[in-house]
Amino acid sequence: MAARGAPAVDGRCVLDVEDVRTRFHTADGVVHAVNGVGFRLHEGELLGVVGESGSGKSVTMLSMLGLLPTPPAEVVSGRARFDGVDIMRLGRDALRQVRGAGVGFVFQDPMTSLNPVLTVGYQIAEPLRAHLGFSKAEAWRRAAELLDLVGIPSPASRLREYPHQFSGGMRQRAMIALALACEPKVLVADEPTTALDVTVQAQILDLVRKLRRELGMAIVWITHDLGVVAGLADRVMVMYGGLVVERADVEALYLRPRHPYTRALLGTLPSVTGSGNGQEARKRLPSISGQPPSLTTAPAACPFAPRCGHAFARCWRENPPLLKVAGGHEAACWFDVEAGAPRRQRENGPA
Amino acid sequence: MIRYITRRLLFAVPTLLAISFVLFALLDLAPSDPTGQLPLTIGPEVRAQIRESLGLDQPFAVRYVKWLEQFFVNEPLNVVEKITGLEIGDSSGRLRVRSWATRSPVVDLIVERLPQTLWVVGLSYVVGILIALPIGVFSAYKQYSWFDQIGAFVSMVGFSVPTFFTGLLAILLFSVTLNWLPSIYDTTHEVTDLGSLWTQLKQLFMPVLVLAFYNAAQLSRFMRSAMLDNLNLDYVRTARAKGVRERAVLLVHVLRNSMIPVVTMIALGVPTIFGGAIITEQIFRVNGLGQLLIVAIQGADIPLVQTLTFIFAVLIVLFNLVADVLYGLLDPRIRYD
Repeated sequence: MAARGAPAVDGRCVLDVEDVRTRFHTADGVVHAVNGVGFRLHEGELLGVVGESGSGKSVTMLSMLGLLPTPPAEVVSGRARFDGVDIMRLGRDALRQVRGAGVGFVFQDPMTSLNPVLTVGYQIAEPLRAHLGFSKAEAWRRAAELLDLVGIPSPASRLREYPHQFSGGMRQRAMIALALACEPKVLVADEPTTALDVTVQAQILDLVRKLRRELGMAIVWITHDLGVVAGLADRVMVMYGGLVVERADVEALYLRPRHPYTRALLGTLPSVTGSGNGQEARKRLPSISGQPPSLTTAPAACPFAPRCGHAFARCWRENPPLLKVAGGHEAACWFDVEAGAPRRQRENGPA
Repeated sequence: MIRYITRRLLFAVPTLLAISFVLFALLDLAPSDPTGQLPLTIGPEVRAQIRESLGLDQPFAVRYVKWLEQFFVNEPLNVVEKITGLEIGDSSGRLRVRSWATRSPVVDLIVERLPQTLWVVGLSYVVGILIALPIGVFSAYKQYSWFDQIGAFVSMVGFSVPTFFTGLLAILLFSVTLNWLPSIYDTTHEVTDLGSLWTQLKQLFMPVLVLAFYNAAQLSRFMRSAMLDNLNLDYVRTARAKGVRERAVLLVHVLRNSMIPVVTMIALGVPTIFGGAIITEQIFRVNGLGQLLIVAIQGADIPLVQTLTFIFAVLIVLFNLVADVLYGLLDPRIRYD
């Protein structure tokens, strides 16, 4: 695996999320977007959250911080212990203190995530003034330092510019500077490189590695790019249909994936080490057959069963909980893919 | 920016010339006769003399060019002389645009009527904006709340019920039943002390209320939809994720973006103030520009109608430019170079 920052996986748990359930009330009925997702994030750890579009990755994080518009969203349940308090039970003002100061957020599309009519400097200075009580001048000075930190040249003059005067990569850098302004313990990065082209993406990844080394915050990195996660994460959580289907250290997940969905996902990665005779290049990229789950009902069976080659009777009857399959490795599957037979574990025994 | 404004002003010249020609030709083609309302005992030769004295015996082109000269050269010179006190050239021999009905210069008539219109219509425009913006912002923020529903109903009533109905209703309530306010606006009233200011405010209240209600009805809906367009955008979520106060999210982030189309619409509406509110002015007997125009049309006072309508045209062209400039100032993404 690629070199990573300081993997302090054994550190103290900074964020403990349990049983997040979120529904959307749409004109076509209820959509069960997140159906009981939990994870733990340790100090300095980078948790990769992987899954296809609509698997509930972003919605989980947004639910946690109360950032979903309600209605149509409804956060049915969930606990998120951060700094000793459940941030999903906090009042409006207390929650506001957590946002930005405790948990920083980087969003997917840097083109639309910054306010077009306010200067970049104003937008970076804003959380500093709101949380740390900085004066306008202090906040501005700190904003310049932050822009410098994320590698934007001549930061002082750049502060006075508007987002449209920045390139896509620069905007995402500014967005990262903004999220880091108050030195949060946790940074949630919601597909921060998806909207960027490949070279800029690589630059942003380098920047994140550097910032992790220097600042040491814990990061939740949401992506659907398995390659990015492989080179960046300490632990990985795979999501499907609003559920966590597999959770493991990054090596374990890539070398010995235990959930059929994870295996299928890894199977879809294009190989660059083809057989050399061009056969590989002419083959179609493999894809997972079938459709993503519809989510119009809460899952009563395994959501992946319709697309799974190993599905058997139990999969259609019961939704598997996360089962411990190895040290620090959990998978939500009734089938043991390595043994090639249904799992012979305690019935309903969660990990 | 300066270059852009200059270019736009230069473009305005041919536009206005074209408008002036169309206006002049249209009114000239209209079957009207300045002697038409004179008693039948006046003979045709006298009528011909009257027409001749008004310059109507001249061909169309000559009359048009003379009117242009009067409007664009003579009258501005008069205004400059009046303001500075200087005399430029032969001021008494200068031909002025004169009303056929009163024989007095049209510009003097307009200057006489302008204050009433600005007071009543201008104030109602300002009041309308001040009512509409907070209502629009709050309706959008609490979309589908009872406040929003009531707001939607009231504004629907506001712009579907004409001012001659709401005006009469107000008169019936405040003047006839309660006897609190005068139903007729006294144009000659002068504000000299607190007492007369109170009288002025009392007589302004109803016409301003009726017109402001009408203006606010439309603008609040427009403000609401402009806010809604922005409320669910990504940058609003970013602002919330930063931990900015909800108040600042709404009034700094969302409002700044939403004001762009609203300010444009407000600027485009300013010329309608000068157009006066013909119906409202009639109901409350306000001697404003709207009243002047309607009387001029009824009396076939062509020079007055021509000049008034052309001034409206100038204002509309001008405020279109103002709206564009404001748009550029409010939205940093737009640069006029």
